[in-house]
Amino acid sequence: MIAGIEPVNAVETIGLNLWYGTFQALMDVNIRVKKGIITSLIGPSGCGKSTLLRSINRINERLGYVRVEGAIRVLEENIYAGDVEPVQLRKQVGMVFQRPNPLPLSIRENVLFGHGIHTPASGKISRAEADGIVEKALRQVLLWDKVKDRLKKKATSLSLEEQQKLCIARLLPVQPQVLLMDEPCSALDPKGTEAVEELLWDLRGQFTILIVTHNMAQARRASDECAFMLMGELIEHETTEEIFVTPRNPKTADYIEGRYG
Amino acid sequence: MGQVDTPPSARKADRRNLDWFIDKAVQVLVFIAGISAIIFIIGIFVFITKEGVGFIFKSNYALSEPVFGLLEKQKMPEDQLDALTDLAGKKFATAEDLLKAVEGVIGVEGAAKYKDILITKSLDQPFNLKTFFTSPKWAPTSEVKPTYGALALMVGTASVTGLAMLIAIPFSLGAAIYIGEFATGRTREFLKILVELLAAIPSVVWGFIGLSIMNPLIIKLFNVPIGLNVLNAGVILGLMAAPIMTTIAEDALKAVPDRYREAAEAMGATRWQVILKVVLPAAKSGLVAAILLGVGRGFGETMAVLMATGHSINLPTSIFDSVRAMTATIAAELGEAAVGSDHYQALFTLGIFLFLVTFLINLTADLVLRGIRKE
Repeated sequence: MIAGIEPVNAVETIGLNLWYGTFQALMDVNIRVKKGIITSLIGPSGCGKSTLLRSINRINERLGYVRVEGAIRVLEENIYAGDVEPVQLRKQVGMVFQRPNPLPLSIRENVLFGHGIHTPASGKISRAEADGIVEKALRQVLLWDKVKDRLKKKATSLSLEEQQKLCIARLLPVQPQVLLMDEPCSALDPKGTEAVEELLWDLRGQFTILIVTHNMAQARRASDECAFMLMGELIEHETTEEIFVTPRNPKTADYIEGRYG
Repeated sequence: MGQVDTPPSARKADRRNLDWFIDKAVQVLVFIAGISAIIFIIGIFVFITKEGVGFIFKSNYALSEPVFGLLEKQKMPEDQLDALTDLAGKKFATAEDLLKAVEGVIGVEGAAKYKDILITKSLDQPFNLKTFFTSPKWAPTSEVKPTYGALALMVGTASVTGLAMLIAIPFSLGAAIYIGEFATGRTREFLKILVELLAAIPSVVWGFIGLSIMNPLIIKLFNVPIGLNVLNAGVILGLMAAPIMTTIAEDALKAVPDRYREAAEAMGATRWQVILKVVLPAAKSGLVAAILLGVGRGFGETMAVLMATGHSINLPTSIFDSVRAMTATIAAELGEAAVGSDHYQALFTLGIFLFLVTFLINLTADLVLRGIRKE
């Protein structure tokens, strides 16, 4: 990264191929995700959109049988270079999962979890500072007023919508650059979906958001750019409006019109 | 109105075929199996209590040393005292029986003079709760005066179990964490089978290892005169309890949903941070259960401690002292004690105590788990 010049792309993949064992899930994917906007990834089940998302913070590697070729550059740095530590990468790239997965700790501990593990033991913060961090993060996801009186309660006792908001809130204290969201609303009811989408618009600009969704209406409502994937390949990547109004590739058009998927 | 024909299928609605009977029979069988556990527990409790509790409250009347002393003080004639020595140590169910026997020896008039002493001072209780808990002297077969002090046995059991847990807890938790969180594929399966195999080794084999391997090893390593001691039994018991604790603890870790680990890892936690901050707290209740199961195992284990402790009544001052455990005492002495004798009943009293302690351990575990759940 050259000092002084702000990178335009937050995430960039170059000739990315990925195999689960012998099954190739991603085929020569080249995508540029611009900084500070919301980009949505759409496509039918099994098209590789979640796989792409999960390789950007290398959480895919948990499986143990994943093989990657090509490169992914996050903020101009190849994250598959030998000296990159996943722990440091994940500090930059936060992730929200399909099913809300707050840790089985209190609400407060959930918000402070990421901050705690990225702060060296010598740099312990005071209680008041911690309180400030918790309040700021929860205010940012519009959850503070609802939970401020029960911060010591188990996070798993919240409603699904609140849990998902908490899962976003706990990423904020470590100030990541990129937020990856894997169908963050698929477990929520329409009201919860609306609330989370509003939240995404609030966070837009501050973070680069890459969201995988099954829901085309959501992609249309809640993203600036949209990428369409099919069978492990990136078919088309345009502004959301162009993709939905004037798709170039007939496969994209067919999918958007609901002929398959 | 014309009669409506019932369709053939509806007419058969009350038919009970073989499947119905099988279903009912299985339900009854399963029910019996289910409540049999409760029946067994109650049965065991009643059996042990019946044999042991009577002893706690048992009272005899006898002419013991102090009674003779009192009689002498009251100036009982020498010849009468001599005549009464025949009755010394003989037990009577009531004071009246004793009085009658005394009257038989020295005559009604002679006895009447010392009636007060004979009735009020001749009470002799073989069992004393205070002695049981505070005296280290376990001498049930003593000719002079049997005493039933179980302190040394309790300390023996507690010291061996305590040392065993000091060894087994870190060992088994470490093994469970490795198998559950780090090992993958074949290594994991292989280790699990091996641990289960280890849990199936009979306790007498462990006792044999204690006698023939640990004993000389301890003598040589620490330069102590005897290798059958707290250290030996503690190590043996710890190794014995560790596999079953590992299995239970590993099950508890496996029950923690993987999405918790994934969430923590996605936030940048290292494997150890994930385990320490997420997995272990989430599996807390299962881990407590594993540890308490180990404690229970240690407390109740008989054969291995009988062989490895040295089986000598002793209040240990170091881990190189021989001790004797409650369970081992029961196992070793019950065969020789005459059924219904004081000794026999005293062993059952030990049994009641063991039963109560295990019950308390389980109750505590239950309350702890409930407390965790409520949070």
